[in-house]
Amino acid sequence: MSVLLAFAAAMLFGFGTWLLLQRRLSRIIVGIGLIGHGSNILLMTSSDGRGLPPIIGSADPTDFADPLPQALALTSIVITFGVTAFLFALGFRSWKLTNDDIVEDDVEDRYIARRRRVDADVEESEAAERERAVEEDRA
Amino acid sequence: MIASLFGTLAAQLPAGLPAADVYAPGSGDFDALIPMPVLLPLLGAALSVVFARMRTAQRVISIVVLIGMVANNVILLTRIDEATGDAVGGVAVSQAGGWVAPLGISLVVDRLAAMMLVVSSLMLISVLVYAIGQHAEERRFAAFHPVYLVLAAGVSASFITGDLFNLFVAFEMMLVSSYVLLTLGGRAGQVRSGMSYVVISLIASTFFITALALIYSAVGTVNMAELSERMPEMPSGVQSGFSLLLIAVFGIKAGIFPLFFWLPDSYPTAPNAVTAIFAGLLTKVGVYAIIRTQLLLFPSDSQQGTVLLIVAGCTMLAGVLGALSHDDLQRILSFHIVSHIGYMIMGLGLFTLAGVAGAVFYVVHHIVVKTALFLVAGLVERKSGSDRLSRVGGLVRSAPMISILFALPALSIAGFPPFSGFVAKFALVSAAIEARQWGIVVVSLLVSLLTMYVMGRIWSSVFWGRPEDGVVSDRLEPGATKVPVLMTAATVVVVGLSVALFVFAGPLYDLAERAAADLLNPQSYIDGVLGHSDAGGATSISTSTSGAGG
Repeated sequence: MSVLLAFAAAMLFGFGTWLLLQRRLSRIIVGIGLIGHGSNILLMTSSDGRGLPPIIGSADPTDFADPLPQALALTSIVITFGVTAFLFALGFRSWKLTNDDIVEDDVEDRYIARRRRVDADVEESEAAERERAVEEDRA
Repeated sequence: MIASLFGTLAAQLPAGLPAADVYAPGSGDFDALIPMPVLLPLLGAALSVVFARMRTAQRVISIVVLIGMVANNVILLTRIDEATGDAVGGVAVSQAGGWVAPLGISLVVDRLAAMMLVVSSLMLISVLVYAIGQHAEERRFAAFHPVYLVLAAGVSASFITGDLFNLFVAFEMMLVSSYVLLTLGGRAGQVRSGMSYVVISLIASTFFITALALIYSAVGTVNMAELSERMPEMPSGVQSGFSLLLIAVFGIKAGIFPLFFWLPDSYPTAPNAVTAIFAGLLTKVGVYAIIRTQLLLFPSDSQQGTVLLIVAGCTMLAGVLGALSHDDLQRILSFHIVSHIGYMIMGLGLFTLAGVAGAVFYVVHHIVVKTALFLVAGLVERKSGSDRLSRVGGLVRSAPMISILFALPALSIAGFPPFSGFVAKFALVSAAIEARQWGIVVVSLLVSLLTMYVMGRIWSSVFWGRPEDGVVSDRLEPGATKVPVLMTAATVVVVGLSVALFVFAGPLYDLAERAAADLLNPQSYIDGVLGHSDAGGATSISTSTSGAGG
């Protein structure tokens, strides 16, 4: 049972990671969902007494599954759900603004890179001008 | 969220246990004060939602709540420090719902947590006043005040929680509100950077859950004090694995070397005031979590000293080089945060009393100074209509007040004597020399030279250089360059605090050293939380609160 669960968690992590590496937010969100499921399954495997119910009535503690991981998984599911909804809202907003949900590169980095190129261009043209001036002097 | 978690944990008490053993109704000086930094802002946020249509009422609520937090936290800090005197290890513990430690959720305030609470609540109130003065996002969106208060609650909860899972919940409270604040307004740039910020943070949270699952299955508890007791029984490989996993989880939030790339991209797109509070607090909560977990959970033989020192060096260099290459004031300062996170990690990585004390002092100094710098950057943008170094200039003549407000924290962060930055860096470097870690000494000195150059570059182009023609007129209507009084006043207060850090550097450093001594001797923390009576020489002020989570 726990081998099966571990395998399921591993598959979810693997597929989720692959989806995370895509450029579209919709795929990234699905990827995050899968990884979230993977980690929740991992949480469930950390409890003893798999398959048994958590507290119902009163009985010998060994007849119960450890309820703590279940409470933790529940909390993390709720949080992941809320944040995923927020991400969908962001994706929708992005689609309204740009008709797309591609996660773009850092704009400022591109600005800096372009500025460097512009500087180089300016230097080149200045050097060319100086050469021309020298040639004109000779002439 | 927290309340429901308290409920579920309280409900899972083993049925057969006699109630008297686990239920301890409280008595003592601290019971009411400890959960307040979390409860007050949450209640305030709820009230603020009710008054969503009345901005004045929301402002009053937020200000009253945050002033209450400041007062509460100052009392907590002085009481804990006084009650313990010079002895190592004073912790005030509040068992939420009255359930005794490993079963319930413990809220623990020691010197470090109390210091962080005081500094963070001071920053929260100042930045709120600044945001009100700005007449921007705060005025346009009813969501600002409630979300800001939830952020305050999340930050405080991360400082005082004594439970690893509750730390996750506190982080989420803080992060979810930071997502909303970052994208408030929904402009294209915000949505773009918001997407990567949310995705990165969500991945960090998933890692955190994974780490929790692994830790719980190996150690069988998520209570930090109990974890600390049981961790030495684990094989050393498992310990190192957990330690590295937690460094990675919190490192994403703190912005340490290979994991910082999201930070300079996302912070500058947020509204000014929001960037200031993010820069001041959020990364430092990550650093706090690293310090807390590394020193509390792991015994000295599985601590990752060398790894942390290498990471610290790379973080410093990467941050300062990024700051050198950028042109946008907010970006430069954002990269700069990364560089300074390196110093804090360096102090921790030494794992000596002087090193940890230096790191604690550095965290406090950096929260205040960095917030001040971002607030001033907001003033510059308001005054001149741009925050590009290449377009702004000559502020020394047109706005001498802003120039002075920038100069003080800039000198401090560059490490000029006698400012607090000098004290902090001096403490760290001398600790590193003492520990004979020459590599990190060289890197940190080099980086502090480069920091000076970065600050000089900002100064010479923004305050001395010539303004590019037409910058003011093309973006703002005439009269808009007047900076509102409240914005300036809030900035003056934060800059004043950063100066006060250097005036009171002596007592503050002593306090940091006492906090570091507590951190390096986790036994008193463990005894305080788990209520062991045989605490050898350590003073612990243990109280319980009933109904705190109700």
